[in-house]
Amino acid sequence: MKKMAIVLSAIVATLGLARSSLAADDVIRFGVAAEPYAPFSVKDASGKWQGWEIDLMDAVCEHMKAKCEIVDIAWDGIIPALLEKKFDVIWSSMSITDERKKVIDFTDKYYYSPNVLVGARADTRAFDVSKPETFQGTAVAAQNASLQATYLQQKFAGVVDLKIYPTLDDEVADLLAGRVDLMAAAGIQIQDFLKKPEGQAYEVKVTLPHEQMFGYGDGGGVRKEDTALRDRLNEAIKAVRASGEYDTITKRYFDFDIYGD
Amino acid sequence: MDSTSSWLTLLSFGDQGWGDELVRGACLSLGISISAYLIGLVLGLVGAVAKLSGNRVAIATASAYTTIIRSIPDILIIFLVYYTATDAFRSLMSLSGFPAEFQLNGFVAAAFSLGIVQGGYSTEVLRGAIVAVARGQSEAASALGLTRRQTFFLIILPQMFPLALPGLGNLWLVVLKESSLVSLIGFTELVLVGKMAAGATRHYLLFYASIGAVFLIMSGISTALIHLVEEKTYRTWRHG
Amino acid sequence: MDDFGVYLLHQILAGLKTTISLFVACAVTGNILALPVGMARISERRWLRYPAIAFILGFRGTPLLVQLYIAYFGVGQILASVPSIRYSPLWPLFRGAYIYAYFTLSLNTAAYCGEIWRGAILGVPKGQSEAGRSLGLSRARIMLSIVLPQALRIALPSIGGQNILLLKGTALAAMITVFELMAAANLVRAQTFRVYEPLLAAAVAYFLLAVVITSGFGLVERRIASRY
Repeated sequence: MKKMAIVLSAIVATLGLARSSLAADDVIRFGVAAEPYAPFSVKDASGKWQGWEIDLMDAVCEHMKAKCEIVDIAWDGIIPALLEKKFDVIWSSMSITDERKKVIDFTDKYYYSPNVLVGARADTRAFDVSKPETFQGTAVAAQNASLQATYLQQKFAGVVDLKIYPTLDDEVADLLAGRVDLMAAAGIQIQDFLKKPEGQAYEVKVTLPHEQMFGYGDGGGVRKEDTALRDRLNEAIKAVRASGEYDTITKRYFDFDIYGD
Repeated sequence: MDSTSSWLTLLSFGDQGWGDELVRGACLSLGISISAYLIGLVLGLVGAVAKLSGNRVAIATASAYTTIIRSIPDILIIFLVYYTATDAFRSLMSLSGFPAEFQLNGFVAAAFSLGIVQGGYSTEVLRGAIVAVARGQSEAASALGLTRRQTFFLIILPQMFPLALPGLGNLWLVVLKESSLVSLIGFTELVLVGKMAAGATRHYLLFYASIGAVFLIMSGISTALIHLVEEKTYRTWRHG
Repeated sequence: MDDFGVYLLHQILAGLKTTISLFVACAVTGNILALPVGMARISERRWLRYPAIAFILGFRGTPLLVQLYIAYFGVGQILASVPSIRYSPLWPLFRGAYIYAYFTLSLNTAAYCGEIWRGAILGVPKGQSEAGRSLGLSRARIMLSIVLPQALRIALPSIGGQNILLLKGTALAAMITVFELMAAANLVRAQTFRVYEPLLAAAVAYFLLAVVITSGFGLVERRIASRY
């Protein structure tokens, strides 16, 4: 029995990297969804993460004087992975909503984006969110674990053919292929696609009304017990905004302010 | 001509092309496969011994393990292990008095999830091989006064190896392909690298076909190596 | 049962229907195709053997997930840009992901089972076909009445196992938007932030399906064995 205990503890010791409290070990791991989400977070051909959100993360970490690492994670498992301590902060354009607040805590928002449905310019149907019948028979794409998917499920179930995708760029692929009529996305992010040559034939068809379930902007997610980390992040975000760095970063990718009011 | 050159650029090495990223992903796939394979072998050995032990609890546990792995989709088991197991493991550790504040890094967690699935398949392969080793061997060993543990490690295990070889080779080919499943928990191995490249450049068929080609190459090399090992082993091994 | 339970059950049942339909369709197609594939694989004619080898190699050497991606996002995209398909009455069929999952899983099963048939046919003792020849039977007759039935007995356990692998393979169809059992569990998992319950519910459903399939094959095995 003693031998077993020794073997077991040896396994535990070799298996993991013992991580004590976060203050002592100043490496903060940021969980980013492992999919291209231009211009917020994209992995370029050399394997480096680039984008507005990555730049903001670097700025925030500089202010916190902490070393930051990025952990790739599938979007639809990002909250369980945070709770499982696979990383310490969700930093992947996650909207702050009451539903999510039941499970995790959030930093202050760092940008705000409305939610939209995008379709082909050639599609001349008059979509009206207040009249679900106008969507009858359309195929709509949404990402699993996204707010748009929840919204569509609740309001348009049975009216539309809702297709659930693991990542956003899969949605775009099917929109381009004509396999779906409409695609749910974040309004600001999807501009990146609409500006590209292949996005010229598409436009925003519907802006989803600002419902309570859509929350209060996008921010970083932390575990409920990590209040110290959350406060550090909030301080840093405020500092980045106050120093003008936020606007510098934003100007690199957008020609308007994405903070919202 | 133009499209071919753009394909070559996309796949090339260096900053412009995704070729080096794909290779890096392939190395990660191999790494995960090897780790999961070894973890699976250890679990399989434990399971096989348990099934042959005669102890009812051990047999029941091992049977439950293999039955579950064989009837439930591997991706589901991987999700369960990856998204909930660390938590369960931690509470288990704290219950038994061990330090509970530890963290498994991503690679280890992914390899472990895959390894648990592999263990289920390995158990049957190893069990069959152990049983195939002539009964007379263990009887002769006990007549010579060897303990059960000595019998197992000195007599049975070495002879079981050649018999298990085809099965073990097959298990390797399986884990090589199964490693693609860890892409679904966000672990950036070959398939996920290809998927991200395809999504960023919109050249879907090119990248997915390339990934397929890389897997074919890896499977091909593996099969050739397995044949080599089998030939060498059978040449030096005389059937008793 | 509370709200969550009802929601979970509702989604699981919806997904279960698709899983069962996909499994049955692919099992039937895959197993039927497996025999010709297996026979082509051992045929003496090179124009049959080489394509069969390539086919089996392709499907057995690559992961199922990659095959599904190639089919839906690769081939499917190309098909969608072909005007004769895009504007044909068949478009609703090619629009969805089901047909791609169906083709990929069926061909995958055919490749693996074809290889199993090859082993089984080669495993029938040569004396059997020699005896048939000495009786003056044609090669086709030997194959049909002597070799294949015995090969079937040899192959059946492995084919049963491969069909269970097919059941597990249907779970990956969720990644190309087919709303089957795994997709239902993923959806509930994402909407309610509960990880254990949806996954365990799906696990139970898969387990029950596996039991049914294994018993089915066990029944067939026993009936065939009883013939002798």
